Amino acid sequence: MMKLEAIIQPSRFESVKDALREVGIEGMTVTEVRGHGRQKGHTEVYRGREYTVDLLPKLKLEMVLPDKLVNTVVDTILKAAKTGKIGDGKIFLSRVEEAIRIRNEERGESAL
Amino acid sequence: MKHVVWKCCLLFAMALLAAPLHSQQTPSAAAPSSQAASSPAQSFTPINDKLAQLDQRVTAAQSSADNAWMLVSAALVLMMTGPGLALFYGGLVRRKNTLAIMMQSFALMAVITVMWALVGYSLCFGGSGPVIGGFEHAFLRGVGAEPNADYAGTIPQMTFMVYQLMFAIITPALITGATAERMKFSGTVLFLVLWFLVVYAPLAHMVWGKGGLLNASLGGKFPTLDFAGGTVVHISSGVSALVCALYLGKRTGFPKQPMPPHSLVISFIGACLLWVGWFGFNAGSALASSPLATSAFVATHFAAAAAALSWSAAEWIKNGRASALGAISGAVAGLVAITPAAGFVAPMPALIIGIVAGAFCYWMVTRVKAIFGYDDALDAFGVHGAGGTIGALLTGVFATQVVNPIFGPGKPVGGSDGHWAQIGNQLVGIVIAWGFALVGTLVLLKIVDLITGLRVTEEEEIEGLDITQHGEEAYNLES
Repeated sequence: MMKLEAIIQPSRFESVKDALREVGIEGMTVTEVRGHGRQKGHTEVYRGREYTVDLLPKLKLEMVLPDKLVNTVVDTILKAAKTGKIGDGKIFLSRVEEAIRIRNEERGESAL
Repeated sequence: MKHVVWKCCLLFAMALLAAPLHSQQTPSAAAPSSQAASSPAQSFTPINDKLAQLDQRVTAAQSSADNAWMLVSAALVLMMTGPGLALFYGGLVRRKNTLAIMMQSFALMAVITVMWALVGYSLCFGGSGPVIGGFEHAFLRGVGAEPNADYAGTIPQMTFMVYQLMFAIITPALITGATAERMKFSGTVLFLVLWFLVVYAPLAHMVWGKGGLLNASLGGKFPTLDFAGGTVVHISSGVSALVCALYLGKRTGFPKQPMPPHSLVISFIGACLLWVGWFGFNAGSALASSPLATSAFVATHFAAAAAALSWSAAEWIKNGRASALGAISGAVAGLVAITPAAGFVAPMPALIIGIVAGAFCYWMVTRVKAIFGYDDALDAFGVHGAGGTIGALLTGVFATQVVNPIFGPGKPVGGSDGHWAQIGNQLVGIVIAWGFALVGTLVLLKIVDLITGLRVTEEEEIEGLDITQHGEEAYNLES
């Protein structure tokens, strides 16, 4: 099992979600987050006072996948989330030891 | 064909009207009475009665119309404080101080109302001294359905009283824009109540009260034109706001730490409510549902629009963009500047006043504030102090007897009528209002500082006034 965390542009979320549904992904957790990588922020001016806003709004998708699906999902997200401009985000993968479904205490990949 | 029908109807109506007059006349002339039945005056008595009745009805009709407009105006002016100003200021602070700034406006709605009933109205509009009113209307004694002919001869004095109350509420509320995000609730309320008694009441009496030093129509020595409160409301609150900002000091972290408005949507709604409410403020100041009210209404609207454009244009030139905050701030600046002028100027000068005010206030809040470095948090001085002053001056330039012959029929009023000396009177009014606000505010701040203290602690300021002063939060994300 692998955990996938993808930080993407909010504007790409709908197409990423649709593309994931097409490859058979049934669950995900989405959080509104703020942050920045190499992308610089922007300047806002309120009555002449300038503020640099460097934490930009992004969405974070989290899902835990059976090993055989990982490559497909990564390819799908890459394709659907890409605009080609700086600020498109990142994907992180990490190994997951165990998954347990709370309702019936199923364990392992069948709990996903 | 239609004309013929109309004429027949008219003739018939006239005959109906004439018949009872005639039939009443005859018996009274013929009947013997204890008085001299043959005297010609006696024979006209029924006509005189009818005329008197008619007079009464005309007066009653005018009173009803004026009273309706003045009650609506009073409600509009209250709407300027809550929700208007509360939303406008509420959106401009950081989210942790939203309820605190709104609560300050709301507290004034309650506490100034009580003060007004006890002594406030009397101090402003009772008596005829040069500086302050008296106690003749304390506890609203003698304030009832009868008009007060000195101020508004066609509406119940009680309507006049409650209308003026709404001005006394919003004026101290404007000051909270400068003290925002760092002043204690207790200190704020105590200071503003005292400020209402010591600064507002004398200024209102001097400018609007009978015999007041600056009154333009009721025997003032320096007749200052202030239709709806350029000196009384905006200079007084704006200049006091500056003193407060200087006395309190900067917010912790200012100007290094960013303090952007937490919701311009809220501010936007507030500003639009202010614009609408201002019709009650300015057009209502005609104190009647008259052509003068229309003139003030139009001038108010035009100045707001022109100032929104000029502030936006200045911003566009400077930053390459026109912002929503700039547009609404400009509109408010224009409304402030037209306040003293509303019932004295024609629509074209109102546009000019708006254009000047928008650009001038933009310069005040962006350049002048930055140069001097005072932390007028929400620009109460930059908009109300500066806009009120420029408006009071321009009133002297553009006031005209065509709109409002306040000095008597045919007599010139402002510079555009050739009466340039009026600018001198305006200056006297401005200087007295500035002086009163500066000295009064400084003294009161010292006193309140000793009693309750003025500023919250640094920890409280960082945690936010909502939690530390009121024990609640504007936005509960868990609920």
